[in-house]
This record gives sequence, structure tokens and C-alpha cells, in this order.
Amino acid sequence: MENNSEKYSVRSFLGQLKSGIIEQNPTLVQVLGMCPTLATTTSLTNAIGMGLATTVVLAFSNLFISLLRKFIPKQVRIAAFIVIISGFVTAVEMLMKAYFTDLYQSLGVFISLIVVNCIILARAEAFASNNKPLPSIVDGLSMGLGFTCALCLLGTVREILGAGTVAGISIFGESFQPAQMFIMPAGAFITLGCLIALVQKLRTVSAEKQKAKELAAEEAADASEGGNDQ
Amino acid sequence: MTNILLLMFSAIFIENFIFSKFYGCCPFLGVSEKPDTALGMGMAVTFVMTVSSAATYGVYQILAMFGLEYLKTIAFILVIAGLVQFIEMFLRRFIPALYSSLGIFLPLITTNCAVLGAALVNIQNGHTFLESIAFGFSAAIGFTMAIVIFAGVRVRLRGANPPKCFKGMPLALITAGLIAMAFLGFSGMSIG
Repeated sequence: MENNSEKYSVRSFLGQLKSGIIEQNPTLVQVLGMCPTLATTTSLTNAIGMGLATTVVLAFSNLFISLLRKFIPKQVRIAAFIVIISGFVTAVEMLMKAYFTDLYQSLGVFISLIVVNCIILARAEAFASNNKPLPSIVDGLSMGLGFTCALCLLGTVREILGAGTVAGISIFGESFQPAQMFIMPAGAFITLGCLIALVQKLRTVSAEKQKAKELAAEEAADASEGGNDQ
Repeated sequence: MTNILLLMFSAIFIENFIFSKFYGCCPFLGVSEKPDTALGMGMAVTFVMTVSSAATYGVYQILAMFGLEYLKTIAFILVIAGLVQFIEMFLRRFIPALYSSLGIFLPLITTNCAVLGAALVNIQNGHTFLESIAFGFSAAIGFTMAIVIFAGVRVRLRGANPPKCFKGMPLALITAGLIAMAFLGFSGMSIG
């Protein structure tokens, strides 16, 4: 099951990064880990905090699961993964409590709930448990950054519409009347729905372009073959 | 007694786990294609959450005795995972009828953040043993109600003809947003 027998190159690093952030974005494309996505994006600051905390846990748990992949028996692997993950979550929780108390209080229970974030278990099961440590940690980082980007996007939109601010800084002045619905739960569902619809639209457009390109290339190849026959 | 009833009412409607707290959104969006399966999932969650609320209360008391409160996340998730496994085996052995209807949902519940969320909220709000059980049970009832309503709406959505890019998940999310808005009405009530 070793996918990366050859040396790990810069190109594969960039490929993994692109796949995690854009092509296989865990939130907007794979629609995983919805609870923190919806709950912690009331402001940009919260979104960045949650995204980075998850990224750290994801990178370290991927690294350790990859290092231990030959020692964990197949039957109890899920339980083993959960123990490794919750260890790192506890560490992150204690660090945040010590150094970012405000953020820790505004995220609340959701820091502990990183343990049951499906993205982390999904990457552990699908990638880290049968790949070498270096690609695994890069996979964790890129998936985590993809998650962070999606959260930031959602957080920015909701904060602008719902409070008229970006990261706490007012951008419209005093007279702006924010639509508070957007920082309430209902706004979370609606904004995320619209964002995913936008992403689907962009993906179908780019897929159609790709197809048109391939068709054109095929036609050109046919034409040149025809030329050779004569 | 009124205290507990108020707690239960608030957990079901005002602080509904899905529509105001976002605990358990993965199964809410994933297992809500049909009302039957949604009801099955809801019942399985209710069962596990009630038992796990009681179990995690006990575990936390033991941890607190040794001053190890910071280990609660690890301890709770292990207790929940073990409990789900145990309930699965118990049902298969003694109540096969219930097992055949709930069985396929049970493994999914370990990673349902509603279960861990309820355990952590119980600790955060300092609920007593009885309050913990009542809170776990009624929050799960709220979850079941939400997922069944949503599944019913999704059945109707299948006949709808939205723009292509809104098909599937985006439309479902926007519908969930509208239901959440309806649930906002409950937050106008002041209790206790």
C-alpha cells in the first residue's frame, strides 16, 4: 500500500497542497466536518482560530498515525486513531486556554469537539494509515488549510452581512444596519448553502471548459491522422 | 421537578441541538434522505445519548476525584466508543428486533458530536446526575424531531426543480436555514 516509494519531491508537495485547498477541499467539495463549519464562523477571528486549531491537530495526528501504521492492528484501528486524535486535541485545548483565553472562551465546547470532526478521522483512515510520515503530514497541513480557507470565507461573508465588520473592524460606518440573521444559526445554513452552490457552479464550468479543450484536441488529432492517410 | 421539566423543554425547543447549537450536523445532513431512516437514526441517538449522559457523569466524578479533569475529552470519547460497542452487542444478543432496526446506525454514533457535545455541556453547566440524564434524553429528542422534520422536507425537495448548481446539498442547507429561522421563534420565550 506504499504510494510514495520514490523520493518526495517539491512537485508532489505542491500537488498535495493544491488538492487539499482547492480540488478536494474538505468543507466545500467533500462536505465533511459540518458542525464546526456552521457553529464557529460567526466572525473571521473565530473562523481562523478554529481552522488553525484543527490544522494543528490534523497535521500531528496524521504524522503519528503514519508513524504507528505498522503497529496498530487492523481491528482496533478506529479506537487507536481516536485516542491519538483526542490526545492532540487536549494539548491544543490546554495551549489555547493558556495563551488565547478570549478565543478559547468564544469557541467553547467546539475545541473539544475537534475529536469528532469527521475530516480528521477521514484523513487518518484514507491517507495516513497507509502512507509514509512526510506525505501524511503534508496531507494533514493541506487539508487543514483547505478547511481554514473555507471557514475564513464563510466567516468573512457572515461577519460583513451580519455585523458590518471584518475581524472586529467596522467597514461601513455608523449608519449601516446589519442583517443580524446572518450571525444567527439560520444565516449559517443559508450562507454555506449558497457558497457550496457557487463552488458547484464553478466546478461544472471548469469541467465543461476541460471537456471542450479535450474535444478540440481530439479533433485536431483526427484531422492530422486523416492527413497522414492521404 | 419543574426545574427538570423546564430544562427538558428548553433542550428540545429553545436550544435545539441542530438548529441553535449545531451539534450533530453530519448525521443531520447525511442520514436525512428518508423519514424512516431518519427516525431510526434519531432513536439510536436517543438511546445512546441517554445512557452516555449517565455514564460520563460517573466518569467525570471519578476523574474529578483524582484532579484529572483535563483528561475529560479522552475519557469521554473512549467511554462513548465502548458504550456504543457494548450496546450493539447487547441489542444483538437480547433484543434482535430492535437491533435489526437500529443496528446499522450504531457505529456511526461514536463520531456524532451530539453525543460528546451533550456530555461536555452537562459538565459545563454543572448539571446533577438526574439533570444530566434528562438533558441528554431531551436534547436527543430535539435532535430526532429536527432530523425527521428535515427528512420530510427533503422528500418533497426531490420533486423540485432548482437551478442545477443548487441541486442536492446547497438546497438542503438553505432549507435547513429556513427551518432554523422558524425555530428562532422559540427563543423569544423566557423560561425560569
